[in-house]
Amino acid sequence: MVAHLLRLKLLLLRNGLRRSPWQVVGLLLALLYGLVALVLVLAGIAGLAVVEDVGLRRDVLVAGGALLVLGWALLPLVAFGVDATLDPARFTLFPVPRRQLLAGLALAGLVGVPGFVTVVTVAASVVVWWRQPQALPVAAVGAVLAVALCVVGSRATTTALAPALSGRRSREVVGVVAVVLAVGVYIGFGRLTQGLGEGVDVAGLRGLLADLAAVLAWTPFGAAWAAPADAAQGRWGTAAARLLVLAAAVAVLTVVWDRAMAHALVRPAASAPAGAVARGLGLLGRLPATPTWAVAARCLTYWRRDPRYALSVLVVPVLPVVLWAFGAGAYGVLATVPLAAFLLGWSVSQDVSFDGTAFWLHVSAGLRGRDDRAGRVLGVGLLLVPLLVVLAVVVALLTGSARHLPAVLGAALGTCLTALGVASVVSALLVTRVQQAGESAFTTRQGASLAAVVSQLGGMTVGLVLAAPELVLAVLAVAWSSAPLGWVALLVGAVLGGLLLVVGVRWGGHLLDRRAPRLLQALVTMR
Amino acid sequence: MTSAPPPGVPGAVPPVPPVPPPPPTPGAALEVRGLWKRFGDKVAVAGIDLVVPAGSFYGLVGPNGAGKTTTLSMATGLLVPDAGQVLVAGRDLWADPLGTKALLGVLPDGVRLFDRLTGAQLVTYAGLLRGMDRPTVAERTADLLRAFDLTADADTLVVDYSAGMTKKITLACALVHAPRLLVLDEPFEAVDPVSAANIRDILHGYVATGGTVIVSSHVMDLVQRMCDHVAVVAAGRVLAAGTVDEVRAGASLEDRFVDLVGGRVHGEGLAWLRTS
Repeated sequence: MVAHLLRLKLLLLRNGLRRSPWQVVGLLLALLYGLVALVLVLAGIAGLAVVEDVGLRRDVLVAGGALLVLGWALLPLVAFGVDATLDPARFTLFPVPRRQLLAGLALAGLVGVPGFVTVVTVAASVVVWWRQPQALPVAAVGAVLAVALCVVGSRATTTALAPALSGRRSREVVGVVAVVLAVGVYIGFGRLTQGLGEGVDVAGLRGLLADLAAVLAWTPFGAAWAAPADAAQGRWGTAAARLLVLAAAVAVLTVVWDRAMAHALVRPAASAPAGAVARGLGLLGRLPATPTWAVAARCLTYWRRDPRYALSVLVVPVLPVVLWAFGAGAYGVLATVPLAAFLLGWSVSQDVSFDGTAFWLHVSAGLRGRDDRAGRVLGVGLLLVPLLVVLAVVVALLTGSARHLPAVLGAALGTCLTALGVASVVSALLVTRVQQAGESAFTTRQGASLAAVVSQLGGMTVGLVLAAPELVLAVLAVAWSSAPLGWVALLVGAVLGGLLLVVGVRWGGHLLDRRAPRLLQALVTMR
Repeated sequence: MTSAPPPGVPGAVPPVPPVPPPPPTPGAALEVRGLWKRFGDKVAVAGIDLVVPAGSFYGLVGPNGAGKTTTLSMATGLLVPDAGQVLVAGRDLWADPLGTKALLGVLPDGVRLFDRLTGAQLVTYAGLLRGMDRPTVAERTADLLRAFDLTADADTLVVDYSAGMTKKITLACALVHAPRLLVLDEPFEAVDPVSAANIRDILHGYVATGGTVIVSSHVMDLVQRMCDHVAVVAAGRVLAAGTVDEVRAGASLEDRFVDLVGGRVHGEGLAWLRTS
């Protein structure tokens, strides 16, 4: 039965690859990433193997190992639903003994690039102790238990939390929280590397590492890597105690997983009605009753209710903060305003792709392409322009450069309107593979086509070139501290951007009139 | 736009001189001529001709993969045909898509909806997209929600609807602009018996006042009871078409369908499944 499940996993992998050549490309890319990571890690481990200081060796291994185990337990939660190919709920109808199902799923969890990289890495970490042969058996036992902990840990967290996360809302919230956390870690890392660049406090860093490792060594996360060091120094009792902690953790997590799976097999997670309600018609009842405004109202409603859009709004405050955290000067932070404006405006280029096959309603209603384009632009514009003005004012005040406000506003408005115009044309030409509504914001869709990447990059380049006049004027105005030039930048940005927007909406609408059924067909096949 | 059959299509009429296409059949709500669609190597629809008389309740039946959904998608302007012509009330759909679509109400199968809207918002949206004024949309939305027993769920997001409720709200979107022709792909799938009976009443009333309905289904009983015309489609071709009585020729529609399509397995199969 265990062999059956392993074979099933491999078969699913192979059939997935056969379905589309892009899946093969995706797997090859993942393999490439995995191999590069593996080479780097192995090089590090090889370097560690020649270090004489047992304490340093231990501390580095403990910290790295703990990161690996934590990664296994937490990453699947963030990228929820990534590997649902062997979801226990799918075995509900088969009389498979749970013990065998458990073993089979655990082993199947190691099939794939992350499993391969983990096994090789952990095996290599045993070899580090080659000069203390008495530590090798302990390291080997620790390694096996550590791999078990990785797999069981990831399965336990996902299976136990699956019912809680099956609700649409909570899964979306987890996705957004994860992005915020990731940005936080990124900023923290930036601060750290910045500190390192200014003056490396080796002793302090070494002390921090030692303290961290001392704590982690007694947790299941680090125990596997601390035990061989104890054995090497002849402290057999401590080594045994650490392995015991690890074994106990594996046992407890196995029981948790087993219980959670028993629960899942009896009560498959039927997605409970989230019961979200919205009284009345909302914006659809308040904006004017024309097709264009209806599209705008629908887009605005989606910006609020669909986290895929909410994520792109998050860029607005995050971008300046990140640049500030990385120690950019006032000018650098000011430059983020037009950058955010451009990115947000450009987000319209994914609008039809985000609609997915729901786009049929527009096609079937015989909506004029121009109304479709204008509605989408209006929807984003109503949200964006006030947001950008606020952002520009806040950033200008905080960086003490209020005199540059007209120039910054001109650059922001110009790039935003230009990006909206170019995106209106590009999104009428082709659709790309994106997350569908309700999917985790972190589920990456494999096989983004080359055409999609080229169109995105090409469109953004065209947008930047078209917005060059107001950008150059704004830069000159800031560089020369010239107030009149700043006002000229604002005027040029508004007029030229507005003109390009009108042209983009018209041209995009004309294209859409002819191409809408083809876009829909592309959306249906990539579903 | 695509009125002439492309060169090299098997089964097309041999060397056609460039004559103007024949005039639309009088009294046809929908006329489909020589419709072709190929996906890669697979020919999904291989030259389908259909004439759906105005005021008829027309059933389109066929086994899985027969090309029903592809045909209906092309007949409603959702999918560009490789060749062929679609006439809605005599107007060429693919020559003037935007104008002709106003006559059509569509319920497609296997597509998403703007499901982050509530039921009431979705129907309103469908109405406003068609350029209707607000009082009419509001009145019809309320009527449709009542008719489909969805008033209590009007403020629930469509993503939280059950499969049957989703079908019903899609049907409401197809009806809101009072089209002349309704094209429904598998409208009764996942719908409970009471709702199905209500929907049938609504559709019969619609036909009685001059509307035309096309439904696809593979439930023969339903089609025999509900429709007055039927076409049997398999492997992208029409095997038989006409009034239900003509097509079934005395037998039940189900037997006639199995005769036409073939593929029944006779004999002693699965002897081990018998319990005695």
